[in-house]
Amino acid sequence: MAGESVFPLLESLLPLISKPIQYVGGELNSQVKDWDSAKVRWALMYPDAYEVGLPNQGVMILYEVLNEQPGVLAERTYSVWPDLAAKMRENGVPAFTVDGHRPVKDFDVLGISFSTELGYTNMLEHLDLAGIPIHAADRDDSHPLVIAGGHAAFNPEPIAAFIDAAVLGDGEQAVLEITEVLKQTKGQSRAERLHALAKAGGVYVPAFYDVDYLPDGRIQRVAPNRSDVPFRVHKRTTMDLDAWPYPKQPLVPLAETVHERMSVEIFRGCTRGCRFCQAGMITRPVRERSITGIGEMVEAGLKASGYEEVGLLSLSSADHSEIGDIAKGLADRYEGTQTSLSLPSTRVDAFNIDLAQELQRNGRRSGLTFAPEGGSERLRKVINKMVSKDDLVKTVTTAYGAGWRQVKLYFMCGLPTETDEDVLEIADMAREVIRVGRQVTGTRDVRCTVSIGGFVPKPHTPFQWASQLDAETTDHRLKLLRDAINSDKSTAKAIGFRYHDGKPGIVEGLLSRGDRRIGNVIEQVWRDGGIFDGWSEHFSYDRWMKAAEKQGIDVDWYTTRQREENEVLPWDHLDSGLDKEWLWADWQEALDEQELDDCRWIPCFDCGVCPQMGTEIQVGPTGVKLLPLSIV
Amino acid sequence: MSKRTPEGPPPPPTVQRVRIQYTKRGRLRFTSHRDIARAFERALRRAQVPMAYSAGFSPHPKISWVGAAPTGVASEAEYVEIGLAEHRDLDALARALDESLPDGIDIVEAVDAPVGTSLPDRIVASRWGIRLPGLEPSVVEAAVAAFLNAETIPVERLMKTGMRTLDARSAVVSMRAETGSCAILHLVVRHVTPAVRPDDVLSGLRTVADLVPPVPPEATRYAQGPLTETGEVGDPLAPDRSPTGAAGLTRQDADRDEAAIGTPI
Ligand code: B12
Ligand code: SF4
Repeated sequence: MAGESVFPLLESLLPLISKPIQYVGGELNSQVKDWDSAKVRWALMYPDAYEVGLPNQGVMILYEVLNEQPGVLAERTYSVWPDLAAKMRENGVPAFTVDGHRPVKDFDVLGISFSTELGYTNMLEHLDLAGIPIHAADRDDSHPLVIAGGHAAFNPEPIAAFIDAAVLGDGEQAVLEITEVLKQTKGQSRAERLHALAKAGGVYVPAFYDVDYLPDGRIQRVAPNRSDVPFRVHKRTTMDLDAWPYPKQPLVPLAETVHERMSVEIFRGCTRGCRFCQAGMITRPVRERSITGIGEMVEAGLKASGYEEVGLLSLSSADHSEIGDIAKGLADRYEGTQTSLSLPSTRVDAFNIDLAQELQRNGRRSGLTFAPEGGSERLRKVINKMVSKDDLVKTVTTAYGAGWRQVKLYFMCGLPTETDEDVLEIADMAREVIRVGRQVTGTRDVRCTVSIGGFVPKPHTPFQWASQLDAETTDHRLKLLRDAINSDKSTAKAIGFRYHDGKPGIVEGLLSRGDRRIGNVIEQVWRDGGIFDGWSEHFSYDRWMKAAEKQGIDVDWYTTRQREENEVLPWDHLDSGLDKEWLWADWQEALDEQELDDCRWIPCFDCGVCPQMGTEIQVGPTGVKLLPLSIV
Repeated sequence: MSKRTPEGPPPPPTVQRVRIQYTKRGRLRFTSHRDIARAFERALRRAQVPMAYSAGFSPHPKISWVGAAPTGVASEAEYVEIGLAEHRDLDALARALDESLPDGIDIVEAVDAPVGTSLPDRIVASRWGIRLPGLEPSVVEAAVAAFLNAETIPVERLMKTGMRTLDARSAVVSMRAETGSCAILHLVVRHVTPAVRPDDVLSGLRTVADLVPPVPPEATRYAQGPLTETGEVGDPLAPDRSPTGAAGLTRQDADRDEAAIGTPI
C-alpha cells in the first residue's frame, strides 16, 4: 500500500549500524500528517548526511510552509550512510522519509535542496535506493517528479538528465504554486504535468529545451523545443520576509548535528558585490526582516525549541541597517538567561567588534572571524572586497584590546590575476596581526588562524568567464605560503594554517560551470562508488578524473579555460536577474583593478536585478527598538 | 599567564536537588547518552525549570547523570539528578518536564535528594530483559545452563582504546530464560568496570553455546539499584521518599514494565 511505513523493516537493521538515531525521526516540531487525506505529497531531501541536512533552513522552511496547508503533506529525507545503504539493499528496504518512514517513491514530488554541487552523486544514490530510475526519461506516471532547488540549481545543466525540473531562487511561494498546479493536474500524465508547470512560469524543465553545440565544443544555442514555454526561466524572489516568518517552529533533533543552534534569517541578499560570490549575486536584491519581526521570531523559536544559542543569519549580518539595535535589544531581553547570540562576523571594521561584544554578553566568547579573502590590496580591488591592510590591523587591534585572543582570517587562493606575491602577503598580514596582538595585550598568548581554500568560478558572477587555477599551482602557492609563515620563528607558533588543497576545487569547478555533457561523468562516478563528495574521507579526485576520461570529457576545458565574451554559457537561458552585459563590464573592471560600491547605500549601479524582477532594495531603518519582554 | 575570571556576580546557588527516574522506550532506545543529555537540557529550558548553573566562562546547568543504558538498549529505569536555583513543586516539575521531553523519554518519578546522600552509591546492579525472537526455547535454556556453569567467559568488545577482553560471567548474579511465544532472558548484572552489557552477555552465550540470534535481540533495563540479599535489584529512590509515600509523581508506570518490553510505538 502506498505511503505505508517501512519502519518495522528498518528497525531490525538499526542495531547493526552506526548512529541509528539519525534515521528514527520524531524531532521536536516535526509532524506526520495523514497520508490518505493529502492531495499533494512532498518528500524534501537535503542530499547530505542527516547531521548536515537537518539544520538546513531552506528545507525546514519549505517543510513548514507546505505542512501548514490543508491537503498538503511534506516529509523529509536525507542521505543514508553506506553502512545502512548496504543493509537496505540486502533487505529490500527502499529510501524512506524520517517523518513517516514512507517510501520516497510513493510521494508526488521529491524536492532536493542543493546548496552545493557536491550533493549530485548523493542524489543518484538516493534515487536508486528509492527505486526511482535515475534518468528522468525512464520515469513513468507512478514516479515522483524530481525537482531541484537551492543555490546550485542556478546551473542545473550537469544534472539535467536526472531531474524533471528545477526552481531558481526563493522557494516559499514557488512550492505553493507548484502544489496548486499539481492539484489541478492530478491524474494527468507526467509530461502534461511538467508542461503545466513550465507554462506557469518559474519552473525550468530541462527536457523542454534542446542544446546545440559548435564543432569546437562550445554551445551554439539553447532553445525551447515547444512553443509555449519561455525562452528564459526567471528566478523567484520572496520580497516581504516579515510575511514569511519561517521556520516558526524550528526542528530540534535528538541526534547531534553540525549546527546546534536556532537560526533566524535577518535579511536575504547582499549587494556588497564581491565578484567571486555567487550567493551575493543570485540573491539580490537585499530584503531585510524588520527588527520587530526578528524579535518575534527569536522569541517564538526559543520557546518552541529550547535552544540556548540564536544565530542571526544572512550573507553579511553586520550589514543589517539596524543591527546595532537588534543586537542590543536581544542581549537586553535575554540578559541572565544563558541565551547567547551569534552572527557570522566577517566584516572588517571596529563596528563589528562592538557588535561582537554586545552579542557575547550573555554567553560564551567565541573567536572572531574576518574574511579579507584576497592576500594583497591589489587583489582585493580585483575581487571588490574593499579592505585595506590598515583597516584590518586597526580592527584586530581593537579586538585584542577588547579581550579577544583568537582571530581567524579567511582567504581564497587562485583568484583571477593572482600571483605568488599576492598570496605571500597573507603571511605578512598574519605576522602583523600577531605583533599588534602581543603589543596590545602585553602577553604572548594571542593566536591567529589563516584559513584558505581554492577559488572556484561560479555561474552568474562576474568571474563566470575566468580561468580556474589548476590544482598543482594552487597547491604550490599554498606551500609557499605555509613556508613563509613558518620561516619567521618569532610568530610561527602563534599562527595556525588551515587549507583545502586544490583537487576538490577542480571537481567543484567542473560541476558548477559544467553543461549537460557532465551528466555522464556524475553518473560514472556514482557507478564507480562515488558518494558523499563533500566528505574528504569519501571524496576521490582520481575517481572523478578517471570517470571524465572514460566519458571523453576534458576537465581543463571546463575549468582552467577562460571564456570569451560572446560564448553561450550553459546557464544563459536561466535568468538570475543580472544583465550579462553588466556582469561582463564588471569582469572587465575587475581586470582593471577597479572597485565598486554597495548599491544599498549609493545610487544604483545597474546590475539589472531590480528593474527586471520588478523588485527593489528593502532596507530600514525603521527606528523601532526592541522592548524588554515580560518573561514569566 | 593569569587565569581570567568572568565579570559580574557569581551564579545563584543550588537550593533544591531533585532525583529523577526516566525511561528510554521504543524508537528512542536508539539515542546515545549524549543525545539524551542534549534533549534533557533543551526540555529543561522549554519547561522553564530554574536550573542552577556552574560558575565560569561557559556555565553549565547542574545535571549529574547516573550511568546510562547503551545506544540501542531500552530502559525503564534511568536516573539523573538536577540542581535548581529556585524551589519547585515536584509534581509540577515532573509533569512539565515530561511534557517537554520527546515521547519515549518519560518521567517516572521525581524526589527530593536529601543532603549528604549519594544516588550513585545506591546503584550497584541492573535487572535486564533480552528478547530473543526466532530462537527455540530449548536452545535458549541449554545456553543459559552452559553460561551459568562456566566459571569465567572471556569475550571481546571494541572500546575507544581498541579491542578489549572482559569476563562476561562473573558480574552476572542471576540468569533465567522465560519461554513464551518469544524467548526472553532475565538477568541481574552487577555494575563493574568495564561494565558488562547485554551485548557482552550475548557474546558470552555465543562463546559457550554457539547461541546466535537470527534477528537482533532487543534488550531492556527494568531496574537498577541496590542488590538485595536474595539477589534482586531494589529501588534506589526508596530511602528518599517521604514516609507518607507522597513524593513526586507516583509510580503509575511501574506495572507497565513487563508489558512495555519491545512494544512497537
Ligand atoms: C548556515 C550555513 C551553513 C551551515 C549549515 C548548512 C546547512 N545544512 O544548512 C554549515 C556551517 C554546515 C555550512 C556548510 C557549508 N556551506 Co554554508 N552556508 C550557510 C549559510 C550561512 C546559511 C544557509 C541558509 O540557511 N540560508 C537560508 C535558506 C533559507 O536559504 P536556502 O537554503 O538557499 O533555501 C531557499 C532557496 O534556495 C529555496 N530552496 C532551497 N531548496 C529548495 C528545494 C526546492 C525543491 C525548491 C523548490 C526550493 C528550494 O527555498 C529556500 C527558501 O527560500 C549560507 C549563506 C546564506 N545566508 O545563505 C552559507 C552557504 C549556503 N554555504 C556555502 C558553502 C560553500 C558551504 C560549504 C560547501 C562550505 C565548505 N567549503 O565546507 C559547506 C557545505 C555543507 C553541505 N554539505 O551542505 C555557500 C554556498 C556557495 C554558493 N552557492 O555560492 C553559502 C551561500 C555561503 C557563501 N556566501 O559562500 N553552511
Ligand atoms: S559580503 Fe561579499 S562575500 Fe559576503 S555575501 Fe556579500 S557579496 Fe558575498
